[in-house]
Amino acid sequence: MSFRQAYWDEPLLMEKRSGPDLPLDLGDLVPPKLRRESLAIPNLADHDVVRHFTRLSQMNFGIDTGFYPLGSCTMKFNPKFTEELAALPTVARIHPDQDESTVQGALRLLYELQGVLATIAGMDAVTLQPAAGAQGEHTGLLLAQAYHRDRGEERSQVILPDTAHGTNFASAGMLGFDIVEIPSKDGRVDLKALESAASDKTLAFMLTNPNTLGIFEDHVLEIADIIHAAGGLLYYDGANFNAILGRTSPGKMNFDIVHFNLHKTFTTPHGGGGPGAGPVGVRKALEPFLPVPQVHLNGRGYHLDYDRPKSIGKVRAWYGNFALLVRAYAYILRMGGSGLREVSERAVLNANYVRHRLSGVLDVPFGGLRKHEFVASASKLAPKGVRTVDIAKRLMDFGYHPPTVYFPHLVEEALMIEPTETETKETLDAFVDALTEIVGEDPEILRSAPHNTAVRRVDEVRAAREPILSARMAKARKNASL
Amino acid sequence: MPSDENEMLRTMGLRSVEDLFADIPPAVRIPKLDLPDGLPEDAVVGRVTSMLAANRTVVDMPTFLGGGSYDHFVPASVRAITSRSEFYTSYTPYQPELSQGLLQALWEYQSLICELTGMDGANTSMYDASTALGEAARMAHRLHGGKTFLIPRALRHNRRAVLANYLVGTGIAVREVEYDRETGMLDLTKLREAVSSDVCGVYTENPNFFGRFEEQLQEIRAATKGIFIVGVNPIAQAVVRPPGDFGADIVIGEGQALGTPMNFGGPLLGIFACRQEHIRKMPGRVIGLTRDVNGHRAFCMTLQTREQHIRREKAMSNICTNESLLAVAAATYLSVLGANGLRRVAADNIRRAKDLAAAIDKIPGFTAPLFRGAHFNEFVVRHKNGYAVVHRALLEKGIHGGLPLTRQLPEMQDAALYATTGRHTPEAVAKLLAALEAVR
Repeated sequence: MSFRQAYWDEPLLMEKRSGPDLPLDLGDLVPPKLRRESLAIPNLADHDVVRHFTRLSQMNFGIDTGFYPLGSCTMKFNPKFTEELAALPTVARIHPDQDESTVQGALRLLYELQGVLATIAGMDAVTLQPAAGAQGEHTGLLLAQAYHRDRGEERSQVILPDTAHGTNFASAGMLGFDIVEIPSKDGRVDLKALESAASDKTLAFMLTNPNTLGIFEDHVLEIADIIHAAGGLLYYDGANFNAILGRTSPGKMNFDIVHFNLHKTFTTPHGGGGPGAGPVGVRKALEPFLPVPQVHLNGRGYHLDYDRPKSIGKVRAWYGNFALLVRAYAYILRMGGSGLREVSERAVLNANYVRHRLSGVLDVPFGGLRKHEFVASASKLAPKGVRTVDIAKRLMDFGYHPPTVYFPHLVEEALMIEPTETETKETLDAFVDALTEIVGEDPEILRSAPHNTAVRRVDEVRAAREPILSARMAKARKNASL
Repeated sequence: MPSDENEMLRTMGLRSVEDLFADIPPAVRIPKLDLPDGLPEDAVVGRVTSMLAANRTVVDMPTFLGGGSYDHFVPASVRAITSRSEFYTSYTPYQPELSQGLLQALWEYQSLICELTGMDGANTSMYDASTALGEAARMAHRLHGGKTFLIPRALRHNRRAVLANYLVGTGIAVREVEYDRETGMLDLTKLREAVSSDVCGVYTENPNFFGRFEEQLQEIRAATKGIFIVGVNPIAQAVVRPPGDFGADIVIGEGQALGTPMNFGGPLLGIFACRQEHIRKMPGRVIGLTRDVNGHRAFCMTLQTREQHIRREKAMSNICTNESLLAVAAATYLSVLGANGLRRVAADNIRRAKDLAAAIDKIPGFTAPLFRGAHFNEFVVRHKNGYAVVHRALLEKGIHGGLPLTRQLPEMQDAALYATTGRHTPEAVAKLLAALEAVR
């Protein structure tokens, strides 16, 4: 595969020649103390603005550009028909405070999506409000706290495996909980360690299954028993849901709380970092605590239920990222129950296939099957002076987005590879061939990679040492020429 | 099963896909998902479109709602750019060499937000204004240490509710500061009484929840000993002096109005900016300017040691996925309009709201605006017989009035918050006025 990314020496907007500022009489509109006389945003022709951002887009790499095996992010194809639906005026041009009688279609879609997600997860009730996975975690932990408090218990500890996503730690930390981290054994939760960590202080144990190594936690029922015996709740981080659709469910695995990442499993576009959507599903016992409002159906139609005295309240304005919820709902209708099961089959097949073919090329610690992703290690290249970062950068020269690197932390020089189900054998073979070639290359080519991208290796240390976050800061810094 | 699957299975020495799931214990297996079979693309489009047809859009029904979500005109160029799949099918730009385009677009967004707010640094987004407020309160506590956070009582309820959940576990107590019943602005006397050495931050909005311009930013700053946080409407900022001029430490706001449709309340764009001395305590993703090895200008995510994937439980926030595509939309929107266009939109909104309030005020039984003084594009309307009757009467005529304030503030049973934008046609306004005339 050969690849050369476009490069435009594109000036900053602020460097473009601006048309003159036109006079504007604010005399009777803005009080004198507040009146603003100038605004340093350039006045440009529409065409020049479109050209500017189009050129920038050509210096960016999306799923539509090429293979994007970014582990734990599930970068699968985003079907185009859902974009059309999300652009409908009946989605885009309704206000969230409209009277319920005027938004019955939107409420129905939310109601049905709550139900469909509950079915997929084996849960009893779902809130669609959280804006992203991390916010789902925050919401889920608030629910767990409310549940325990309702039973007269104050619990302060959240147990996490060392393979957990960084957001799990951050969400628990934000809420002031104490974190008890337990080590893995053979790439799985160490049941002994979990047993000694679980106590009457345990609020919840957060687990993703399969875990971030792509390994299925086959002792999950024992894990649930240990946590439940201690009176804690079991939390399912849904980042890796793409591995288990229709094969098992968090409910079947005895989890109590689940968050979904609709931008991963149900393929709403990642948007360059967001928006996403992070609905949360719970068992019946936790339903009273869900955020307000919940969407219900009664004799008069669909309605927003705010009368929930035990609710934790709100985690963001209104009802969630509606335009994303529409896309996810449409995707689920398109796939259907059997189609979603096939999604996981192919995602798991693809991951295991790449792992199988790569096993002679890089180290792949831990034996056995993988689910939707796996973690390889480049540590055997260390004697040649080649690190994972060099391999990642070199992959770009072949037209691939690199895998997630240096995570999870328990694997040295980690490359976390998630191919997803929407890739063909042809693509996967070409990727493995590229990695094979790269591993055999002159180390100097790798260390100086990438060579074919818009810019060469970027100095991230410099950026952090003297942060320049805006044109204002750049201007204020005397010695820093743009 | 496609032929390449058999080939792949054979390569691995497996017979069927079932073999790949042998590690899932039988006790937790499910035979299938209890959902209907999938539908062809056109059938899904037909079904979802017809389900959503039950909605009445603001096109079908003149609507005067605002309160944090606004129906401004969005030039088609904005959607053309956010529809570039190089942008919208990418993810967080962890690999800067391959993602310069998005990084530059986001850095330009940060620059534009700083220009609007008078701050030095901005992040690439929070989920919405309410979570930005929660994050700002946490940041004020990090910077100052005090355990009390002051907010205006005249605050949209959803912002207060979200703030409460963002402060769980911090020990920070929220106290509300009354508004002046005549002007609708913050009651300065009450503010001065509430301020103490334990107050880590004071939050105020301009324009405030009532749409009223807050003319006392100077005085509020002077009364604030901790961190001063201002919530803004970014479009109003085009004609209003930025909070930076009044000594604000942090500026937040709802950025949906900058190029994104209302979408029934999501996605939204949480604006978050601060002064240079505070940037290392700021939550969220930030883009920095730097160089590549050849000395070319380049951009990358920076100050990542503040973030969850590095700092874990010590991170400034748990945010990972954010609202980046809306930041790209905002940068494009601001660039397409330019200073001239944005200032024109802002001035036009003020004039429209002023004219609409004056016209409603002339109708017997109505008072508008309830608070005297300058407003942006919203204002409170009061009806002598309570507002519920007005709300129902308008709906019956196919008009959606403002946001009834009953759920927001108990003393506002008889009032609603009306908003207007450049989208309201003269016919829509005339229809509203005629319907209000008919209310008795």
